[in-house]
Amino acid sequence: MHFVKWRRVTWEGCSVLLDINDGDRLVFARLSPASTLKIGKKNCSLKPLIGCPFGSLFKVENGKDGLFLLRIFHTEESNNIEEEEDGISEDVSKDNREIVDNNTAQRLTDQDIHAMQRQGATGDEIVEALITHSATFEKKTSFSQAKYRLRKQKKYAPKVLLRRPFARSICEAYFKKYPSRIGFLRLDALSLLLTMANVTAYSDILVVDMVGGLLTGAVAERLGGTGYVCNAYSGATPYPMDIARIFNFSNEICERIVRCCLTDLCPVLNGTCELVNQSKDACNSKTEQKEKLSSCESVSMEQDIVAEDGVPEVIAEKAAPLALKPSKSAKAGEGASDNLINLWKERGFSSLLIAAPELDAWSILQKLLPLLSYSAPFAIYHQYLQPLATCMHHLQIEKLAVGLQISEPWLREYQVLPSRTHPCMQMSAFGGYILSGTRTCTYDAHSH
Amino acid sequence: MLPGDPSQAISLQRRIRDGDLVIVYERHDNMKAVKVNEGGVLQNRFGVFKHSDWIGKPFGSKVFSHKKGFIYLLAPTPELWTLVLSHRTQILYLADISFVIMYMEIVPGCVVLECGTGSGSLTTSLARAVAPSGHVYTFDFHEQRAAYAREDFELTQLSSLVTVGVADIQGDGFPAKFLGTADSVFLDLPQPWLAIPSAGKMLKPDGILCSFSPCIEQVQHSCETLKSKFTDIRTFEVLLRTYEVKEARTEASCGDDGGFLRPLPCKRRPQSAGDHDADEVSSDSAVVVAKPAAEARGHTGYLTFARHQCL
Repeated sequence: MHFVKWRRVTWEGCSVLLDINDGDRLVFARLSPASTLKIGKKNCSLKPLIGCPFGSLFKVENGKDGLFLLRIFHTEESNNIEEEEDGISEDVSKDNREIVDNNTAQRLTDQDIHAMQRQGATGDEIVEALITHSATFEKKTSFSQAKYRLRKQKKYAPKVLLRRPFARSICEAYFKKYPSRIGFLRLDALSLLLTMANVTAYSDILVVDMVGGLLTGAVAERLGGTGYVCNAYSGATPYPMDIARIFNFSNEICERIVRCCLTDLCPVLNGTCELVNQSKDACNSKTEQKEKLSSCESVSMEQDIVAEDGVPEVIAEKAAPLALKPSKSAKAGEGASDNLINLWKERGFSSLLIAAPELDAWSILQKLLPLLSYSAPFAIYHQYLQPLATCMHHLQIEKLAVGLQISEPWLREYQVLPSRTHPCMQMSAFGGYILSGTRTCTYDAHSH
Repeated sequence: MLPGDPSQAISLQRRIRDGDLVIVYERHDNMKAVKVNEGGVLQNRFGVFKHSDWIGKPFGSKVFSHKKGFIYLLAPTPELWTLVLSHRTQILYLADISFVIMYMEIVPGCVVLECGTGSGSLTTSLARAVAPSGHVYTFDFHEQRAAYAREDFELTQLSSLVTVGVADIQGDGFPAKFLGTADSVFLDLPQPWLAIPSAGKMLKPDGILCSFSPCIEQVQHSCETLKSKFTDIRTFEVLLRTYEVKEARTEASCGDDGGFLRPLPCKRRPQSAGDHDADEVSSDSAVVVAKPAAEARGHTGYLTFARHQCL
């Protein structure tokens, strides 16, 4: 049996996440000799990043031909921190009573700095010059000295950290930059979804992903090239899943990501499922008609998604720094084969995940629940509480599931520093809601 | 517990067999793990349940006792297991577990070191995440606890993915044979800073360490130690708030004082055909309402993550 190996060193054509100045800027990029990163008003080649291990740190340097990236090898930086900490006790008596903000503290002008840059001064040299020419630097406490240094370093000697795009880093980056594109799905909520739905190797996971492909990608990552993630959509057009292409999925994993139209999956049309038949009236008749009119051409649809799928945010992504050119590797999201669909109908899916801010939870769940194996877990993410509460109530009344729970995740980050530990001043106050439960067996005539 | 073997995995056809592990679900806060045994019985406040009645039924079935009490029989998952396992130590729960696995970037094929094993709540989820080709090496200095954990992993059929070792990691560090082999290391120790230097040596470059500590002083000390060989040091606290859902009736009163919310059950007064119209006007309508549960876990522990420096 062949198992997926995760590569720890970048290669040409590899997708990477660039973390500039400790998370101040996050950029997804695909590495090639020609690809560049914009820093300030100048472009900087990403070629030096090819063949480096993930986790490598680079600094932006001024060269004859413009900016270039130079790899930093560790240890110097960490020693600096130690020294700073040692100085703390000495200047407890210092404070800011003598610092007056009159804009004259810095004697170095913009022209001076530009001149230094033209003469080939490194970023670090400029930072040192700024410190020497600051009239107030010596009066600052060591904390504010460190803050000053960091601020100038970020501006004149930016650092670029090479990150492996994983569900974690992709979710964090999108949540920070374009939260609306992932339905405001915070990292802790995404991790709960995967856990609550028992996502693991050799599972067949049914997913309704209207969060740009983040959920599909996160599930595929956990399947590691086994089982299947079936990305289901209602209507004629598959939901966009561009984010799933940022993960560096090998062909083995891509093959395990398939798409399927709900009409092909749901027993509604051939009338084998009483549950769905009962609630057929509740279905959105408009959607149904659309589904009947157009067949599902998920394979050929692939290229058109970015261009004309009608979701403006994703189109915008093409121009944004997060955009990636389609890779040459095997395409994730081919249409599910009839064999697979029949197998799923017969055996049922191992679990169900829904992150569809635009769909009503109960309407979609009552269509999909019959496709699950008995005792299979499911988890539904939504930004609003009411649709989940209503959905949970229906499930309780109709006794379709047990272990029902609506959870709201809460996540707080801490600043941990000697004698200065406290929760971070800013936090995300809302991570959405998740309804989770386990499908019960509603089938009584099992003895037949 | 894991679907590696297709004949064991849950499906619409899979029936409960003799020897299966099932989770007996009474209520959301009352569950129990039972190994099905042809001649066995389960006795609880709902009556006597014969295992032989369960065999041949699908997982997820409702089964009845001699006095018509009922329970559900669920297929085990790491989440259900966390709710039923015997607490030999304080355990990690859902919110922390899921965040740890995500943040440590544990995917199929990873090698994970864990210390201590405790009751094996996190270990079970780690095993699920590294399956089918990875491995979890978990250590506890308590011999009996390690033995119980091994028994549990036999029962949940995770033994091929988990190795339980008896070792004082805090005192002696991780065994040298793991040098540079670990994708991630998880520490749940009273003095994690003592194990951090060794953990660093076990990690591959760019590998991730996570330390779980209930007290902020532990975090403080750990972070000091982490600074020398690790980057991206971040500390989080994760909690969950759960909600209660009820159906309530709004009484649309005739006056201007607005409607009242009344909880169900609400007995409808007997009505004759005559006042049907009147009833329409002030018709009660049911609404589903939700509110946070009054009590919740207020603190579990701080999660500190760090990346092994890439040289």
